[in-house]
Amino acid sequence: MKWKNLIKVAFKSIVKNKMRTLLTMLGIIIGVAAVIVMVAIGKGAEKRIQDQIASMGTNLIMVYPGSMQSRGVRMGADSGVRLSLDDVDRLKKTATLIDAVSPVVRTGVQVIGGSGNWNTIVYGGSEQYLEIRDWDLTSGDNFTANDIRAQNKICVIGQTIVKNLFPDEDPVGQQLRLRNVPFKVIGILKERGQNAFGMDQDDVIIAPYSTVLYRLSGHVHINQIIARASSLEQMKAAQVEITAIMRESHKLPEGEDDDFTVRNQTDIASTAQETTQVLTILLASIASISLLVGGIGIMNIMLVSVTERTHEIGIRMAIGARSRDILVQFLIEAIVLSLSGGLIGVLIGFGATWIVHQATGWNTVIAPQNVFLSFGFAGAVGIFFGYYPARKAAALNPIEALRYE
Amino acid sequence: MNNKEAVIRTSGVTKIYDSGEIQVEALRGINLVIKPGELVAIMGASGSGKSTMLNILGCLDYPSGGDYHLDGIHINNLDRDQLADIRNKKIGFVFQGFNLLARTSAFENVELPLLYSRRQEIGDLEQLTRQALERVGLGDRTHHFPNQLSGGQQQRVAIARALVNHPAIVLADEPTGNLDTRTSIEIMATFQELNRQGITIILVTHEHDIADYCKRIIEFRDGHIIRDQEVAHPRDAHRDLETGQFQISGLGERP
Ligand SMILES: Nc1ncnc2c1ncn2[C@@H]1O[C@H](COP(=O)(O)OP(=O)(O)O)[C@@H](O)[C@H]1O
Ligand SMILES: [Mg+2]
Repeated sequence: MKWKNLIKVAFKSIVKNKMRTLLTMLGIIIGVAAVIVMVAIGKGAEKRIQDQIASMGTNLIMVYPGSMQSRGVRMGADSGVRLSLDDVDRLKKTATLIDAVSPVVRTGVQVIGGSGNWNTIVYGGSEQYLEIRDWDLTSGDNFTANDIRAQNKICVIGQTIVKNLFPDEDPVGQQLRLRNVPFKVIGILKERGQNAFGMDQDDVIIAPYSTVLYRLSGHVHINQIIARASSLEQMKAAQVEITAIMRESHKLPEGEDDDFTVRNQTDIASTAQETTQVLTILLASIASISLLVGGIGIMNIMLVSVTERTHEIGIRMAIGARSRDILVQFLIEAIVLSLSGGLIGVLIGFGATWIVHQATGWNTVIAPQNVFLSFGFAGAVGIFFGYYPARKAAALNPIEALRYE
Repeated sequence: MNNKEAVIRTSGVTKIYDSGEIQVEALRGINLVIKPGELVAIMGASGSGKSTMLNILGCLDYPSGGDYHLDGIHINNLDRDQLADIRNKKIGFVFQGFNLLARTSAFENVELPLLYSRRQEIGDLEQLTRQALERVGLGDRTHHFPNQLSGGQQQRVAIARALVNHPAIVLADEPTGNLDTRTSIEIMATFQELNRQGITIILVTHEHDIADYCKRIIEFRDGHIIRDQEVAHPRDAHRDLETGQFQISGLGERP
């Protein structure tokens, strides 16, 4: 039998049984649509995290106390090893591959001022802190090296603080009381939004580290050191240099492990990306299961239809259809059903992704390769689950098939 | 005798249905020669082996023993696919229950054997289909579905489907079994007309009044042929329809 004719026969059979066709396709439609939507959500989360990590500042290098193992589990953080201002000084003086460095002192405080009070986090940093974090001011000024030397009680504040404490007035020049210590607002930070982990980055106050250390925090160690590599290409070399200086500063003998951890954005990015990739894989596998269930649905309905259509198969054989003609007809039916189901599923997946994006504001990314993949998978499901029923139909004996009612 | 001369030649054909404990000898050595242009009725009581014989002649089933030549081809040694091709090319089968594809137009039903054909140059499918429908007087009903047609019309569609590939022989198993008297005579008129055009036809019936329209009557009993005779003057179905004579004969009102 000619291929053109076989395809014609299969299409006629599909068109003739609209209800069966629809039911068969439904599983595939839902499966493919689910894969598209779920992967789009997962990919969207991945991209959002990438974007936000990029917004954390360029060429950023971070030093934490304690050694960190490769998978991100921090070891020995409470072993008593601290980062000190000596470390910062030494980095400032001897490191050649970085152009800015700042300690980070962090402490939670209650702020009173403006129209009420608010709980937030104060970050103490050097005059280079904002530069390293690539963070601009919308008004006012940053503090200077002099302010740090003099432990001046001044600060710059984030947008969330502005919204909550100074909804109607210009905060610059106003007083705030942090743990009852009066601070003067000298600048306002540009809005940054949430970070990759959902934290409000604008809910911050930034002040000279010396003031925070000696007037506010009550402890005299620093939480973190941040630095900026002079260029992206020098990133790795800068990390090596910082490690060497830190080891020297901490007087670590050769062979002993680091008691601090140097990381850059790429490390953090890859950790975050791993997390979201796990999310994407999880979502995709849930969706794949529904695609699989759709495939089993195809097999089920094709099997039922072999029984239902036994008499029809007998008629076809009686007028000269070969076993292979019947096999190919059933296979074409299964493939056409799953591919058109796949196509409809792709379209519904696009629509549903758009609706999810509109309704929740989540980032969604529809990657073409995922569309082709799920479409191709739908076709494969059709062949795989269509083959068994097709074989069964083809193996029928014409006389017995004809007698079947 | 020369095999080429006969459309059908069987010698010692047997059929044993073996369903485990019970063995049914449905055919016990059938010798039969059918020549081109014959119009044969196979008669016999229920269970005498008529359908079994027709299924073997129609290459739907294998004989258990004996030899069968169709149009000079030795059928015994052919495989499933070759039998399928023979059914497609050389045989037109008409069933008691019509066996049309449901929800499929008359045209598409008749076209179907052409779609399964493996011949390279088969011609214009649409034209062939239309010609076959016109030969059975259904040129105007081509786009009706089976459920929109009367029993007689459905059987005509089935006959057109049997004819469309220009087979060597048309086999019909109780083609009038589901039809009323007048329609039965109409179908016989169609068969007689086709036979006049040179088509060889074998039909199974258990009604004498139907067999009377055939040129030769073969009677089966318990898997044997017990009678095989030419009919000197077969009835003319066209004339019976015109005169309405069949009603007087009381055909179809027998128990
Ligand atoms: N598939 C089958 N399995 C077992 N026995 C069968 C089968 N088909 C027919 N028979 C038996 O073979 C005999 C002939 O049947 P059949 O050819 O159908 O007779 P007819 O058509 O003359 O009524 C009967 O005894 C019937 O019971
Ligand atoms: Mg019978």
